[in-house]
Amino acid sequence: MIIKTHNLTKRFPMGKSEFTALKGIDLSLGVGEFAGLIGPSGSGKTTLLNIVGSLDTPSEGEVIVLDQSIGKLTAKGAAKLRKEKIGFIFQSYNLLAVHTVYENVEFPLLLLKLSSNERKKMVMDALEWVGLLDKIKQKPPQLSGGECQRVAIARAMVKKPSLVVADEPTANLDAANSHNILQTMAKLNEELKTTFLFATHDEKVIGYLKRKIYLKDGKLDKDETI
Amino acid sequence: MILAIKLAFKNLIGAGLRTWLNVIVLSFSFVIIIATRGILVGWDRQAKNDMTDWEIGGGQYWNINYDPYDAFTLTDAHGTIPAEFQAEIDAGNMVPVLITQGTLFNEGRMQSILIKGINPDQTLLELPTHKLDTLVEAIPAIIGSNMANTNKLKPGDYVTIRWRDTNGTFDATDICITDIFTTNVPTVDLAQVWIPMENLQSMTLMPDEATILTFRDKEKVREETDNWKLMTHKALVSDIEEMIKTKSVGQSIFYTILLILALLAIFDTQVLSIFRRQKEIGTYVALGYTQREVVGLFTIEGAMHAILAALVGAIYGIPFLAWFASKGITLGVSSADYGFAIADTMYPVYSGGLVIGTTIIVLIATAIVSYWPSRRIAKMNPTEALRGKLQ
Repeated sequence: MIIKTHNLTKRFPMGKSEFTALKGIDLSLGVGEFAGLIGPSGSGKTTLLNIVGSLDTPSEGEVIVLDQSIGKLTAKGAAKLRKEKIGFIFQSYNLLAVHTVYENVEFPLLLLKLSSNERKKMVMDALEWVGLLDKIKQKPPQLSGGECQRVAIARAMVKKPSLVVADEPTANLDAANSHNILQTMAKLNEELKTTFLFATHDEKVIGYLKRKIYLKDGKLDKDETI
Repeated sequence: MILAIKLAFKNLIGAGLRTWLNVIVLSFSFVIIIATRGILVGWDRQAKNDMTDWEIGGGQYWNINYDPYDAFTLTDAHGTIPAEFQAEIDAGNMVPVLITQGTLFNEGRMQSILIKGINPDQTLLELPTHKLDTLVEAIPAIIGSNMANTNKLKPGDYVTIRWRDTNGTFDATDICITDIFTTNVPTVDLAQVWIPMENLQSMTLMPDEATILTFRDKEKVREETDNWKLMTHKALVSDIEEMIKTKSVGQSIFYTILLILALLAIFDTQVLSIFRRQKEIGTYVALGYTQREVVGLFTIEGAMHAILAALVGAIYGIPFLAWFASKGITLGVSSADYGFAIADTMYPVYSGGLVIGTTIIVLIATAIVSYWPSRRIAKMNPTEALRGKLQ
């Protein structure tokens, strides 16, 4: 099991009161799933994604990700989990602007303290997956949105993580680029058996998902597996 | 750590003009601090060297009653030169000086002076005492240029001096100025007349007596002797050291302000970075950094300004400081105005310790002002940072 949540509840302080973003979510995700959290804005998709990605902690309930209880992890432990086993893809790419494509993709491997040769091979493999071998020396400001998101995918995939969380990965892309990105991710999911968990309300993304988890007002509304 | 340094360097260079403006301002601080500190070090060295060469040698023995700050002590501040020093005196390694109060009468004016007797053959001090070995129709005397200017005296002039002998009897005689020397040490110049030791001993009825005994070797271990107080070289230059320390404090205020201005720019950049680069901060956290590590990264990045500033400062600072050290700086004041040894032109001295010390101070100060705003990162919510939401 990659992800297992039980009675996951997340509350945020809002002035003197609290806002409950997630209410008693029970969810399991296995190896190699290509799943998406679907729902309108404010339904709790990103909050759930952040908790699963160990960037946030639950207020109540339990979240087990890759055999680690997110609520019990120290800051160092959570950072280690992200560093070694989780890849992130963001809506606005979040690439490091002063670094080249190669350096952006290499970054997670530097944190893993891999040797230069290992890093080079893995970076080139990742860039080949996303078809960006000809752009390795360019910097993000010189790339199109689609290319930036492909760099972000390569960065997320380069360390071959067990889980990739992607928050609205196609929100800033046109239809052609969106399909291109999604095909790339679907292919990597097939080939590497990496679990993908999306947060989206984009129909294009939904079309590619093998499992659709609908959230509504912070609650699990529907869970469909195709 | 190496990764953080590489990353910080990359980010810093990537920031472009903003980085270079900060670096240039900080480099000014570096160069100016080193230049001004160099002047003080040079001054300290020059003052001590001049004092050593002209007045104190390797140290002195003072008659037990002698107090250079109280002229009234001079009446009793003399004693027979101890026999144990005779060999050193004969070898030229010790110079006795007899000091008495007197009055100089020149063009109808009178001025209180110190009459100092010294052996014309001595070579221990820079004073041109060989000019006291001149055959003239009065007692030969040498004076400093400040004394000469004050009294409008020139070589060959005859003036009258008056003194009291050991019994308190006044007497007077003429002296002939045989030389006027220029020195940076006012304590051998202002209101002083140097005449041959034998003459002064005879005039004051103090044969074989002296007030101070200046010796050459400052390393030699010496002990006090009856009625003679040992004044080591270190003790004799302590006033200069105190004076330089006082000047140094005043100067420190100046370059602290300069440094603060440079550091303010770095602080401002750091604060701005933390607001502008929230997404980047969130990304580092998402990729596996802890927030504390990101604080470290930003601190290193800020502190690296100091390293770049040192390098940039070296590019233009080394030639400038070398030129400055060779040309010196003319202060436009005379030693007479200051009351202690100060050369007309000051030559800065830059030691390795000065450069390394300044670098370390600037580096630590930069690291502190970089760390201060960076601490905020540790309190950030990474999920909000990822979205670039201001916190």
